Amino acid sequence: MRFAPHTDEDVGRMLEAIGLRSLDDLFDQIPPSVRLDRPLDLPDGASEMEVLADLEALAGRNRSADDLVCFAGAGAYDHYVPAVVWALAGRSEFATSYTPYQPELSQGVLQALFEYQSMICELTRLEVANASLYDGATALAEAVNVARSALGRERVLVSGGVDPRYVETLRTFGRGAGYEPEVFPIPLGRGGEPPVGPDVAAVIVQHPNAYGVLEPARELFEIAHQAGARAIHVFDPLSLGVLAPPGELGADLAVAEGQGLGNHLSFGGPYLGVIAARMEDVRRLPGRIVGETVDVDGMVGYVLTLQAREQHIRREKATSNICTNQTLMAIAATVYLAWLGPQGLVELGRQCAAKAAYAAERLTEIPGVELLFPGAPFFKEFALRLPRPASTVRDALVDRGFLAGVPLPDADGHALLVAVTERRSRAEIESFAEAMREVLA
Amino acid sequence: MDLSRPGRRAFSLPRLDVPPVELPGELARRTPPVLPEVAEREIVSHYTRLSQRNYGVDTGVYPLGSCSMKYNPKVAEVAAALPGFRRLHPLQPDHTVQGALELLWRLERALCEITGMERATLQPPAGACGELTGLLLMRAHHTRQGNPRRRVAIPDSAHGTNPASVRLAGYEALHIPSDARGLVDVSALEKLLDQDVAGLMLTNPNTLGLFEEEIEKIAAAVHGVGGLVYYDGANLNAILGRCRPGDMGFDIVHINTHKTFATPHGGGGPGAGPVAVTKELARYLPRPLVERNEDGTFRLEAGGPDSIGRMHGFFGNFGILVRAYVYVLLHGRDGLKEVAERSVLNANYLAELIKGAFPLAMPGRPMHEFVATAKPLKDDTGIRALDVAKRMIDLGYHPSTVYFPLIVEEAMMVEPTETETKETLDGLGRAFLQAAEEARRDPELLHAAPVTTPVRRLDEARAARQLKLRW
Ligand SMILES: Cc1ncc(COP(=O)(O)O)c(C=O)c1O
Repeated sequence: MRFAPHTDEDVGRMLEAIGLRSLDDLFDQIPPSVRLDRPLDLPDGASEMEVLADLEALAGRNRSADDLVCFAGAGAYDHYVPAVVWALAGRSEFATSYTPYQPELSQGVLQALFEYQSMICELTRLEVANASLYDGATALAEAVNVARSALGRERVLVSGGVDPRYVETLRTFGRGAGYEPEVFPIPLGRGGEPPVGPDVAAVIVQHPNAYGVLEPARELFEIAHQAGARAIHVFDPLSLGVLAPPGELGADLAVAEGQGLGNHLSFGGPYLGVIAARMEDVRRLPGRIVGETVDVDGMVGYVLTLQAREQHIRREKATSNICTNQTLMAIAATVYLAWLGPQGLVELGRQCAAKAAYAAERLTEIPGVELLFPGAPFFKEFALRLPRPASTVRDALVDRGFLAGVPLPDADGHALLVAVTERRSRAEIESFAEAMREVLA
Repeated sequence: MDLSRPGRRAFSLPRLDVPPVELPGELARRTPPVLPEVAEREIVSHYTRLSQRNYGVDTGVYPLGSCSMKYNPKVAEVAAALPGFRRLHPLQPDHTVQGALELLWRLERALCEITGMERATLQPPAGACGELTGLLLMRAHHTRQGNPRRRVAIPDSAHGTNPASVRLAGYEALHIPSDARGLVDVSALEKLLDQDVAGLMLTNPNTLGLFEEEIEKIAAAVHGVGGLVYYDGANLNAILGRCRPGDMGFDIVHINTHKTFATPHGGGGPGAGPVAVTKELARYLPRPLVERNEDGTFRLEAGGPDSIGRMHGFFGNFGILVRAYVYVLLHGRDGLKEVAERSVLNANYLAELIKGAFPLAMPGRPMHEFVATAKPLKDDTGIRALDVAKRMIDLGYHPSTVYFPLIVEEAMMVEPTETETKETLDGLGRAFLQAAEEARRDPELLHAAPVTTPVRRLDEARAARQLKLRW
């Protein structure tokens, strides 16, 4: 199937207008020595029906969260995506547009992004948010760049409760930026002692952390501030109906994986990198920022602003290299948050917390199963210590229709991270616990 | 926010069927966030109205140079929305995601064939992240040779992400001038190259839409000092099936699926920026990679002591990669070659139509896009490329890219793409000529444009001065 609309007659007339004889002449500039003298080793093109059948067969060989009851989390969560979200975000005037370089033709995307930035500020109680980054892990790398350039300091301290994939991403980005993230341990599943000093640019704390545990975030951020460092909070946007927002906890920069805000699991992407900061860092923020202004007639409108930070103006002095971001995911998040509203966000947070607590209670009734960090407070996710290797247990539970969670390297591979969203019903939780009991029996 | 009324709501959740719990008081939120309180019906009309204030490829021709804004096939949306893809958790065990892994593996193979490379990472979520990935691979390679080196060469016509990525990878940008033809000045390049240069980043065809004819000489010069050559794939559309970066001497290639493979750009993103490399560099690729087992099943391979690490929290923008793969399958070997042919045909035809008013900035024959200049018009009438762009809006067209590349005064970078008909191009060409003619006859029309849009020209200086970045 092809989409180029030219008839043979079109091609002939266009070539004639250009003054060429054949399509091959259009490629004269390419030196013969680098031309490909054979067809690409790919299948022949196929019809829409055939391609869709092929893709359906591939999709059919996956077991999705529609056929396995999903208790997996670790940075990607099975929150419900209301019908209205993609009915609107998926409208093709949004979906098929480019970055809003011509604001008069792009007021829809621009205004939606302005609303998104506003909602993120409200959620986090910070002062400014950008129009999106790639995902949570890369948003953290960008926040570290902000902190290091703001303070001109070197070191980056990372709590042992930060998602290991985020730490690995930081380590990778640090190879270029010139830092090595230093992970400080959290002996009891929370807290830990950040080894601050005058050369520390950032202290990074994930709260709720990668074990699901609530951190003493206020105290940790205070330690960062005492040392003059920026406090970076890796947060869960859907916890912010019930948990104190980053701005009130003392965070200077807050980053998140925004997938749960109306975006599908989609095997890890496209997701949404959220970043929010205080006004003092606004000129160091990465990526697009939308601002409100007026047109020549005084009508309110929206534009990309503070572009002097960005790569297309500032080139090697830009605050980041990001160009394409995750705008459509941000629009989905905006619709989703409008749908939830303040009461919905609170209710959703309460349901996650209650259902997670109920699941932890049921699961730890099974002989040999206990919480990895007994007594530590958690929100929607918790780590279990199992009597058998977690990956074996997880695989056995797949056969019984459950995605049991994500195995952790802790406790010699006997730890399993279990997430419970508002989507899980009491009946599902109970049959999950029953299945786990049978598997471990 | 203006629509908000206390107590109105859209959300519905099941009744809580387990006992409620209290979270620790000191960590609890005291006042809920101020989000809109609206009914679902209002949400729908608000965002529907916003969408109507937005121009997309589905609205009409979108000749934004360097962006390949071609038609985005609908069937790709259907495929990406299959529950077997859209409802997959990224940390499921491999045996439950065999179809997804096979798709990634097949896409990697196809991209390597198209670019003439050995292996590819599909992690980078966009081109710029691909650039950083490639430069970190370069750094890893040189570090292993004993010295990471200090500089990366970039032509002065390069896209802004190139120098920005160079800096993020810990290198300094070494600027290479273009010659009078708009191509890399090879003798200047040769003089600037030394053992301190880690590599060269190049777009080919370059950002002037011109093929770097001396590419082999350029690659040889860089390789001569032990450097690597990086291909910015933003313009890959022009050469699909005709020639391959690998055969030109490139070592690292990024691909923008949201350009070449027609994945919808979402008003700014998402995209995907896979990076393909030669056999020598494959060991450094980010992990995990998908590997095929002997029994024909697939696994995610996390290992690899030389890997630079990870460029994304999971495996990149999977949903976008599904769409890119659909595009490859639909077109196949001949179809992709035809894409290149028709895109180059359309660009040359349109350039021909408007060259009387907007001459090409450089003498060479352009490929899939061309850079014209409004400089003569400005000299004659004071009307700038920006004014022409705004008038094009009133004439019913999305304008071209303007003021890029930076080395061309009053640049208008036009990329019609292969999916536009001759009639559309004829109309677009007439609109360009009409704008130029009006610049002489009635310049006020251009100064005042646009007048047909929901808002007219916006005060960008005020936006940056009186920052209003939220409600
Ligand atoms: C020549 C060139 N290089 C790199 C990029 C950056 O790609 P992305 O926007 O996918 O990050 C672009 C995007 O416009 C481009 O045109």
